Amino acid sequence: MTYLRIFWTGWFFQLKNLTRSGLFVFTSLVEPLIISTLSFYMFKAGHRPGTLFYAALGAGVLGIWSSTLFGSGGAISWQRWQGTLELLVAAPPPLIAIVVPLAIATSTIGMYSLTATLLWGKFAFGIPFHLVHPLLFAVAVPAAVVGLGLFGLLIASTFVLYRAANALANMLEFPIALVCGVMVPLSILPGWSNPIGWVLAPTWGVRAIKRAALGGDAVTPILMCVGLGAVYVVLGAYFIRIMERRAMQRATLSLT
Amino acid sequence: MRANLRVFFIGGLIAYRGLFNWISPAYYIPTMLLGPIFQILFFAYLGRYSHSGSDAFFAVGNAVQVSAMAGVFGMALTIGGERWTQTLSPVLASPANRLALFLGRALPQIANGLFVSVVGFVAARLLLDFHPALASVPTLALVVVVTTVSCTAFGLAVGALGLRLRDVFLVANPAYFLMLLLCGVNVRLDALPTWLATIGRSLPLTHGIAAARRVAAGAPLADVGGLVGTEIGVGAAWALAAYAMLRFFEAESRRRATLDSM
Repeated sequence: MTYLRIFWTGWFFQLKNLTRSGLFVFTSLVEPLIISTLSFYMFKAGHRPGTLFYAALGAGVLGIWSSTLFGSGGAISWQRWQGTLELLVAAPPPLIAIVVPLAIATSTIGMYSLTATLLWGKFAFGIPFHLVHPLLFAVAVPAAVVGLGLFGLLIASTFVLYRAANALANMLEFPIALVCGVMVPLSILPGWSNPIGWVLAPTWGVRAIKRAALGGDAVTPILMCVGLGAVYVVLGAYFIRIMERRAMQRATLSLT
Repeated sequence: MRANLRVFFIGGLIAYRGLFNWISPAYYIPTMLLGPIFQILFFAYLGRYSHSGSDAFFAVGNAVQVSAMAGVFGMALTIGGERWTQTLSPVLASPANRLALFLGRALPQIANGLFVSVVGFVAARLLLDFHPALASVPTLALVVVVTTVSCTAFGLAVGALGLRLRDVFLVANPAYFLMLLLCGVNVRLDALPTWLATIGRSLPLTHGIAAARRVAAGAPLADVGGLVGTEIGVGAAWALAAYAMLRFFEAESRRRATLDSM
């Protein structure tokens, strides 16, 4: 019960906190609209209008990914800059229980981008919004949000000892989107990159959303997304424990 | 004159070292080098899938556009950053010539943008189906220099907004991403609605990228003289606008006593 309360409080607080940040709102709302507009015109120019809904879904997931990366990359660093990291580490609950809701909140914000992109596609470009499996779509979206959020947690926990964590996180936006097949199918990428995508939740998140919307088996990717999320929590908890111990030994917890 | 030159060169260099937050390799390599390379690859693969252009189209467009990492973000940091470091008031209270002061900050970013762009071209040559003739490289380099200068002039205008806005990145980020859409980087202008294409033609990069594509395809400098001239004109217009904005916002900030607002 205590952990549920920590989750709810942390998630809601972070959600409110992030919606007050103009830069974060840009990342999760304006940037995906620009990228989706760009991809719509690219697909139109390539005379592939049949793939516009595919592009809209991809651009929406890219928005979730951008928000997650931007928010999770900075989740622990921001606490450090604000001087609250020491308090969180000193608090009785394990740090992982505090960081998980922060990471999930950043990907939840990304749902703005999926919604905004689909609405933008429908009203500005006349892309029909027809879901083959509406119920599975309703499950696939939160599964993708959780999977991506927990992947963000893993990133936050591994980058935390690196002071330029934000730079590293920002750099990962396009390569991860590429190897996970967010905007283009994995089949056009070099074969060696596919196994990288298999262990990354965005691959399964985007696959779940696209298959639920366009047809195909969406259940397997949903399960993969949730399963990988569980693995990320275990790995994240391990890395955070290492970080805590090292930071305490070296007295570097509050150093920016 | 000597004082102005000192403000231009030494002041510009000190501002670059002090305010360009991404100068350390830990930031510079992922942000200024690897990020742009991945951007080029991402759009090249999106282009392959959408059938909207060849690798060369996306390689040239994005390799030129990534100079805006320095031209736009760099200028935002070195002018808008004065507010975060609480040095805006002392800088504007100084009697230094404003033209030398602000243009001096642009010079390191031009060199920086050129370097980023060159790295982008080399990466595209190695990783994509992009093989410009060796003979085209000097002309291509000239076009990239002109485009980077013009883009930095635009960045100066974005940075000028940092004198007024609390977070200049609220302008710099959309500006960077809108360039991807409007400047013919990834979509040909004739594929955009007329009003979007018109906006694109008034921005830097657009004519430079068009010229760079033709040069990479083998056209001599004489064939792209008009495009290069237009890029210079657009850059000059943005530089003038930026200077006017800097002076206006400086005067307004004094009048409203908002120089130190965070």
